[in-house]
Amino acid sequence: MKREDVLKGLKERFAGDILEFSEKSPKRLYIEIKAESIKKVALYLYKDLGCRFNIASGMDMRRHFEILYHFLLEDLNVQISLRVKLLKPSKMSSPAVGGGGSMDPPPTTGGNDLVLPEIDSLAPLFEAANWVERELHELLGLNFRGHPDLRKLLLPDDWPQGVYPLRQDYKEWDPNAIRDRGV
Amino acid sequence: MGSQRHPGSGSLMPRTIVPIGPYHPLQEEPEFFRLTVEGEKVVDIDVQVGYNHRGIEKLSEMKTFDQSTFVVERICGICSTSHPFAFCNAVEDVDQVEIPERAKYIRTIIAEGERVHSHLLWLGLAGHFLAYNTVFMWAWKLREEILDVMEILSGNRNNYGMFKPGGVRRDIKSEDIPGVLKKVDSILPTLDMLRKAVMDDPVLAARTKGIGILSKAEALNYGALGPTARASGVARDVRKDSPYAAYDQVEWNMIVTQNGDVFDKLVIRVLEMYESVKILKYCLTKLPPGEIDAKIKIIPPGEGIGTHEAPRGETFHYVRSDGSNRPVRHKVRAPTFMNLPTYKSTIVGETLSDATIILAAIDPCYCCTERVAVRNLEGTKLYNGEDLVRLSQEKTESLRKKMGRP
Repeated sequence: MKREDVLKGLKERFAGDILEFSEKSPKRLYIEIKAESIKKVALYLYKDLGCRFNIASGMDMRRHFEILYHFLLEDLNVQISLRVKLLKPSKMSSPAVGGGGSMDPPPTTGGNDLVLPEIDSLAPLFEAANWVERELHELLGLNFRGHPDLRKLLLPDDWPQGVYPLRQDYKEWDPNAIRDRGV
Repeated sequence: MGSQRHPGSGSLMPRTIVPIGPYHPLQEEPEFFRLTVEGEKVVDIDVQVGYNHRGIEKLSEMKTFDQSTFVVERICGICSTSHPFAFCNAVEDVDQVEIPERAKYIRTIIAEGERVHSHLLWLGLAGHFLAYNTVFMWAWKLREEILDVMEILSGNRNNYGMFKPGGVRRDIKSEDIPGVLKKVDSILPTLDMLRKAVMDDPVLAARTKGIGILSKAEALNYGALGPTARASGVARDVRKDSPYAAYDQVEWNMIVTQNGDVFDKLVIRVLEMYESVKILKYCLTKLPPGEIDAKIKIIPPGEGIGTHEAPRGETFHYVRSDGSNRPVRHKVRAPTFMNLPTYKSTIVGETLSDATIILAAIDPCYCCTERVAVRNLEGTKLYNGEDLVRLSQEKTESLRKKMGRP
């Protein structure tokens, strides 16, 4: 397996799925793909190239959400990061509690989940993606289609529904919370 | 909590739920295990984490790059240097900064010293669970020597504060090196003794071989890391696969075993300590002269990925910079995040007396086992954490008698 062949193979095989292909350095590869192609590209990296799924990192970019799926191709020492952009739905759920300090649980109609940006889950392909998708679901408010078990992972059970701490519009909802405001 | 019969399971044995946890003050990820047992046998496990979620990623995004190094150092108390190591690698990856040779060596020395003391800590506790309290005493006494070494080198037994993006904060004084080398050498005879005690003891082998097996396919499926993966025949180590710091300049071996059971995880950690000592000694004797800091002025907009092989497996950091003095996104992935879910594969089908050592085999924290309680439907307490350790120790005891060993 040669580096050039792998890169060429990736470009040819997924010509219709790749939006941007950037080689930051010999060891770092960032490939932006269409959101709907994530499953087949990830499966190819994991099964055919033998990459290890490292982790996914999500980010709120104001106009869209960005998820980076990091794979490490150990044989060639290339870190392949698949970048996916999810547009924010026009009608976004606003944070449920606005500082009034009400600890009542918000209505659990599931209405909030309906407007969450969605992408296919990778957990059915490999178990390694299971936990990180649960994490992205609760911290960033993204929905993963086909995930077997989207329970909360890190946040406490009494965390209000529809409040996502890693979003840009996150506001402090608990008047009694003492949190570090940085420098 | 409670016991019930499962008609579908084909067994008449009542099912009991064994909650383990959740309070867990030492490790970065406190856990709560819910074991479902049928009699002695574990039939299901569920893991809950997040009890000590401190929002470090969000916190780090509010700090400057320099301050973040200290914040991430506080993620873990045992392998405190692995997060700053990966973070600095990530920040340097944003702008492809090459750090001075001397800084590379100092980083490697600190990281390997940490690996030795972390593995010794694990070995001692594993010995305690298996009723080998002599192993516990030896291992922890030996660990003191390494902690002394770390104190001489950095001024602290833990949380060394040695790392900064671009290099290291403190130099290693040349007059300290002979004393440090002597101390590092002094652990070898006892380490040999420990190795023999662990690898040649038939009772220990009977107690740990063939239990809690993680197959190679499952290790790859779960993305297991570090000793947990290497014990299952996955020959991966970021120090070899994507070398950083001085790891490509030192000759050392990756330890890989094939069986994936608790015994193999034990062996890997013991043998890895020899490799770490080898790396430590090489770096200390060949420490190149020169600068220790590349003196990074600004971190330009961009993104970077940094990894480091921590004692428990690969630590992963992703940093996004917008050109200001703080990261706009900082993603941290500790190795236990990937290793913990493998319990689903290793513990089902094993007995409750083996549960403590299997849960311990990936090297999470032990405090949880002190908080174990077994309850039946009426809520009466059947076992607590000490009982579970006792259960595990009694099993070793009976094996010893059966095999005619003292």
